[in-house]
Amino acid sequence: MANKLIVSLSPHVHGGDTVSKNMYGVLIALIPAFIVSIAVFGVGAFIVTLTSVAACIFFEWAITKYILKRDKTTILDGSAALTGVLLAFNLPSNFPIWMIIIGALVAIGVGKMTFGGLGCNVFNPALIGRVFLLISFPVAMTSWPQTGQYDLYTDAVTGATPLALMKSAMHGDATALQQLPDALSLFLGNNPGSLGEVSALALLIGLAYMLWKKIITWHIPVSIILTVFVFSGIMHLVNPETYAGPVVHILTGGLMLGAIFMATDYVTSPMSHKGMIIYGIGIGFLTVVIRLFGAYPEGMSFAILIMNAFTPLINTYFKPKKFGEAKTK
Amino acid sequence: MKTFRIGGVHPDDKKLSAGKAIERLGLPRQAVFPLSQHIGAPATAVVKKGDEVKVGTKIAEAGGFVSAPIYSSVSGKVNKIDTVTDASGYRKPAIFIDVDGDEWEASIDRSEDIVKECTLLPEEIIKKISAAGVVGMGGACFPTHVKLSPPPGCKADCIIINAVECEPYLTADHRLMLEKPEQILIGVTILMKAAKVDKAYIGIESNKPDAIALMTQKAAEFPGIEVVPLKVKYPQGGEKQLIDAVIGRQVPAPPAIPINVGAIVQNVGTVYAVYEAVQKNKPLFERIVTVTGKSLKTTSNFLVRMGTPISQLIDAAGGMPEDTGKVISGGPMMGKALADIESPVCKGTSGVLLINEKEAVRREPSPCIRCAKCVSACPMGLEPYLIATLSVNGMWERLEKESVMSCIECGSCQFTCPSHRPMLDYIRLGKGKVGAMIKARNMKKQ
Repeated sequence: MANKLIVSLSPHVHGGDTVSKNMYGVLIALIPAFIVSIAVFGVGAFIVTLTSVAACIFFEWAITKYILKRDKTTILDGSAALTGVLLAFNLPSNFPIWMIIIGALVAIGVGKMTFGGLGCNVFNPALIGRVFLLISFPVAMTSWPQTGQYDLYTDAVTGATPLALMKSAMHGDATALQQLPDALSLFLGNNPGSLGEVSALALLIGLAYMLWKKIITWHIPVSIILTVFVFSGIMHLVNPETYAGPVVHILTGGLMLGAIFMATDYVTSPMSHKGMIIYGIGIGFLTVVIRLFGAYPEGMSFAILIMNAFTPLINTYFKPKKFGEAKTK
Repeated sequence: MKTFRIGGVHPDDKKLSAGKAIERLGLPRQAVFPLSQHIGAPATAVVKKGDEVKVGTKIAEAGGFVSAPIYSSVSGKVNKIDTVTDASGYRKPAIFIDVDGDEWEASIDRSEDIVKECTLLPEEIIKKISAAGVVGMGGACFPTHVKLSPPPGCKADCIIINAVECEPYLTADHRLMLEKPEQILIGVTILMKAAKVDKAYIGIESNKPDAIALMTQKAAEFPGIEVVPLKVKYPQGGEKQLIDAVIGRQVPAPPAIPINVGAIVQNVGTVYAVYEAVQKNKPLFERIVTVTGKSLKTTSNFLVRMGTPISQLIDAAGGMPEDTGKVISGGPMMGKALADIESPVCKGTSGVLLINEKEAVRREPSPCIRCAKCVSACPMGLEPYLIATLSVNGMWERLEKESVMSCIECGSCQFTCPSHRPMLDYIRLGKGKVGAMIKARNMKKQ
């Protein structure tokens, strides 16, 4: 017995956290949004999500095995499934299957595996996939089915999203702002849009779950939402005819989805709390700039990708406060 | 409730032996005393083969100012001076004594009476502590008299007693407080006198409510001593974390030490040793050791003569369970895994912990996912993922800039890492290299 003792350096115990626990934790946090998307868009939401998840897992497996030629695949750790769900949640519910598969290939292939796989990518893979699709198939990516067409998939009737209405208002359509759904229906999710983005309530439940399980900290989502609220609020005060109010801004489009689930992606966000706040402010600011002054109605994806690029720089310049630097209480 | 400000983790408490009263462990057949049981220069043996010694006979002299003498815990004959595998896993010089009877030096007061009066001058107290071989009993084993002799220009304004015992499983300090509260408080008064301060705080984590209640009640009779309950958080027993928690001062980066912010920290076990040394003329040769583990038949808190092989403690607790994978000297977060269970109990052995095979095996590490949990957990405000990676890549200059020397090796980063990365192994490597680099640079300057 004595000659079989294990000798290693401390610590000798571990908290029990694992990568897959975190990934599946995020997936659990996305369940409320998934339920709402099915309740609002019906069978389309189901098909899009399933296709995207299956395609992402398949591509991760195939690339690891046949291109990188690694013995161990990471498909079971939940990260590929998470990319799949997030990609799907950024698509309209009538999006054709073959386009989803292309999006998944770009997300996993270009966004993740070219950098070396989990932990090495610079940009959020799901957003790489989404932006690729947006640029390649602008029409399919911006025709959003009306809510409540439960048994229709690609043949669903489409309508304008709240953000599209807001863009029309800026281009001089005086009645567009009046057509906006009220804040309550935006909050609950009964309006056209991407699968996962419609219900702020469902996403906030997910946020509460992730904070409770200590999967993420509050810094990134809160700083994004606050920045958008303050900045769009100022613009609204300057010109209420053209610019929608701050509450509408934080409840519409992918803002909640982005702030809670996309910007908080571990790999591509800063490491220190200070850095996370800077990153969040950057995303919030860029989102509003793109929404109000850019060509696209929605700016969340671009804002997150741009700030992803700044993450290494933020990590270099915004360090955590070291012990010994704090003032005496 | 108070606690330290940066980082920290919450490992499971698992204080299995908290309800077990202190028991005296029987004498060993042979006692082994490594000459290096403390930080600083090793002691030099003053006995030779064949010498007769009693309990409390000095067998090794301090090897310098930062060093401590060693006393025999048994009576008998010196068998040899040889090497023994100690808790670090290295073979170190040690004195081997064959036990014969239990005869004590006459100068030691063996009565149970509590001696309250102390008329010695501060310098005399420090001298007595130094002569008795008292070192920090929390595990670091820093000679106590050195801490009580501040460098020129520094002045302490308070003493902080470390009764936190933030390591899971360990209960030695907890039991000591429950069973010897008055002796501890007299010890604190003696230390206050020696350090010329009129304020002392005893920091106890709130998972020991009975100890907080008892110490608070008894402390009412001792002016200037205040019991401070602390929120449970690891590593609150770290010297710097404790000072921050109790008096809200942060010790600056190394080479600064606690005295630079006016504080002296002493472990509660050390305080008891000080009481015994000063009031009872009893040098340090016994200590309380928690023997614990989930699979053990019984967990215990033993009063052990130093030099006793650790295997004897395990036998007294019902023998080594079949599923044992690792035997640790100390706690699970910072203790040392033993290579040989015949290693002797030393001044810093606070516990013996048996971990089963399943928990003892480290999981295979996966790539860092940059979740920043190690950054949030680090109580020193460092970036463990970064300094570990810099160590792997041998970027020593950059590593020094990232304050690797501030790391206290508490293990919070590795404990919290979802990818199970062995960060602290690499950080220790980096600390070693950077420490040597700094030393070489200072030599050049001189």
